[in-house]
Amino acid sequence: MPIVSMKAVQKWYGDYHALKDVDFSVEQGERVVICGPSGSGKSTLIRCINGLETCDAGSIVVNGIELTQRAGSVAKIRSVVGMVFQQFNLFPHLSALENCTLALTEELGLTQSQADEKAMQYLSRVRIADQAAKRPAQLSGGQQQRVAIARALCLEPELMLFDEPTSALDPEMISEVLETMVSLAEDGMSMICVTHELGFAREVAHRIIFMDEGALVEARDPIGFFERPENPRTKKFLSKILR
Amino acid sequence: MKELLIDLMGAPLGTIIFQLVFAAQFTVYLSLIAFIGGGMAAIFITLARIAPYRPIRSVATGYIWLFQSTPLLMLLFLCGLGFPHLFQFQISPWTAASVALTIFTSAYLAEVWRGAIGAVETGQWEASNALNLRYVVMLRRIIIPQAVKFGLAPTVGFLVQIIKGTSLAYIIGFQDLMLIGKRWANAPVDGSEPFIIFPIMAVLYFCLCYPLALFARQLEQKALARGQ
Repeated sequence: MPIVSMKAVQKWYGDYHALKDVDFSVEQGERVVICGPSGSGKSTLIRCINGLETCDAGSIVVNGIELTQRAGSVAKIRSVVGMVFQQFNLFPHLSALENCTLALTEELGLTQSQADEKAMQYLSRVRIADQAAKRPAQLSGGQQQRVAIARALCLEPELMLFDEPTSALDPEMISEVLETMVSLAEDGMSMICVTHELGFAREVAHRIIFMDEGALVEARDPIGFFERPENPRTKKFLSKILR
Repeated sequence: MKELLIDLMGAPLGTIIFQLVFAAQFTVYLSLIAFIGGGMAAIFITLARIAPYRPIRSVATGYIWLFQSTPLLMLLFLCGLGFPHLFQFQISPWTAASVALTIFTSAYLAEVWRGAIGAVETGQWEASNALNLRYVVMLRRIIIPQAVKFGLAPTVGFLVQIIKGTSLAYIIGFQDLMLIGKRWANAPVDGSEPFIIFPIMAVLYFCLCYPLALFARQLEQKALARGQ
């Protein structure tokens, strides 16, 4: 059973057709990178998966749960899907540790000490345990993004969504975040990453998807994608960014 | 205190000042009632205003729109004179003034607080949603703690507007600083001419409002400093 299966998904923003008849599925343990020019619908696509955007037509099934308008299905899906945002979206008034423990104590009913223990385990995992007491504003961008990854991991998701996780980072901080993501990949986490980091894509992706103007244009294994792209639009995109 | 003032400033002036200061306490009480009552009502209206259900939002928006675009004076007339006359019931100036100012305050504060909540970045809502936090938990732990820093200064600042707003309640016979002052100003007593009374009243209002205005500015600067 695929962990994500989208069929004939359509999305409009007013007159703007953001997703055009998208068929897309991801297998358990699979790592998919989605790339494409800005405005191509990449973010919209992954935000539909955990219900941050609603699609206008088509069906979305995540981990066997069909996404419907009913609040219950969205909550069920979100409980198995973690998400990392471009702008980190850490809670600025809470420490790194509290960012991680909040959902554990409030929603999963863990005691504070159980939650702290679990959070520290994941903060160590992203190598930032020593900064646990700091507020987001006291951390660098790369550190904040790693805390955000730990926060999502604390809920032990089946699938991680990354929405341009390195796009807001200074160049010298990109690698620490990518390394964390590579190590997640090595543990067999199912991942969907929207990213422009094609080196990362080549290294960890099972499949690379190129999107343009709201449609999936090409889906290939990394070697095929980079060396023998078929669609002229993919070729044009690659020629622009691989200089 | 009264005797002291009379000894110090002579009979009419000492008495006048004593009565004005005494009446000022009712201005303070009415302001507090309006602020506390209006604040509590505003909590519910704000929650309704941002509720995830459109009909509830519309009702709250309508309430805010209606009472924000009604002059306070009109509200006072309606509560103190209009409705009692129309429906044939008795209402004390205290009650009428409290109700009118509470409604006025609740609509205004609800709008201020909605703005403060709106100022919290959308990313905070999205992250909370992605973490599967329930709506109530999200508001209580994530959104409201951040909205407070945007809303605190304008809220305290609005207290000044309430204090000044209470001065209109004299129109329905509420015995506050304004009413007593006007009564003296109209009295045929030497030393209680309007040009003496009104400056004294202005000073008293200033003494009530200025510390609050100062406090609001301090809060604002603190919020700004924290934002950087």
